[in-house]
Amino acid sequence: MNEPAPIGTVGTPWEMIVERGKIREFAKAMQSNNPAYDGPDAVIPPTFLITAGQWAPPGVRLDIGFDRRRLLHGEQEYIFHGPLPRAGDRLTAQERVLERFEKPGKRGGVMRFAVVATEFRTPTGELVAEARATFIETAAKEKTA
Amino acid sequence: MSQHTEIGATAEPRTFGPLTRQMFVRYSGASGDLNPMHYDDTAATAAGFPSVFSQGMHQAALLATFATDWLGAGNLRRFSVRFREQVWPGDVLTCSATVTSVTPVDHARLVTIDLVCVRQTGGTALAGSAEFLLGDIDDAPVAGT
Repeated sequence: MNEPAPIGTVGTPWEMIVERGKIREFAKAMQSNNPAYDGPDAVIPPTFLITAGQWAPPGVRLDIGFDRRRLLHGEQEYIFHGPLPRAGDRLTAQERVLERFEKPGKRGGVMRFAVVATEFRTPTGELVAEARATFIETAAKEKTA
Repeated sequence: MSQHTEIGATAEPRTFGPLTRQMFVRYSGASGDLNPMHYDDTAATAAGFPSVFSQGMHQAALLATFATDWLGAGNLRRFSVRFREQVWPGDVLTCSATVTSVTPVDHARLVTIDLVCVRQTGGTALAGSAEFLLGDIDDAPVAGT
């Protein structure tokens, strides 16, 4: 396992094309018939940027170093700094570690938290959207005598 | 139309389900989350679960459908969820929303809503919030729609 990425670590950028057909597929999975998600000018649904992972080449994602067996996805947030990305847009995605902190576990041990942002920029470098995931590593089970 | 944007205004609740394995699989394919805990009962029971279960992000997508049908897909500026209880095949989810703040910004209003998605048991699957930028005159979509 790699060293856990500290606060401020950034990953390698990758390209994501916002595709009309992918928006339609995603809208079906969210049981939406909203016409805004259909057609050549479709905007992206609120959680659509989860699909950026499908564009990521191997090795560009950050490793926060948590034990996968104790890993929880606690929160997820999407922030749009202006009009939503839409079909045909070409975006650059890049991960960044925003926060890391610890709390005592309810039954002893330490819970670790990490907030990882994926930042989405236009070809001219304008930040248009951010996806922020809060990951939790639950406390290790304490050995009982 | 201004009734949408007064503090305390609520959306007509909407139900999704009973949820099926097909819905989980459709979301897996759309999102790219291929964790077998969401479509492979053999793997899920071997891991100690009674069956496969819904992706938290699948429920978030349903909640997103509810929210954007209310206040407009293109008006969205922020969407966030906290994951609580697990959701199982056969569950019926009910989504509801309440306006918690309205802030004037240039020729528009930033409307913040609380969101909740509860199971038929009364347990909370997701809690969240969202922000929509609505035009001054009515709730017609503004820039970016």
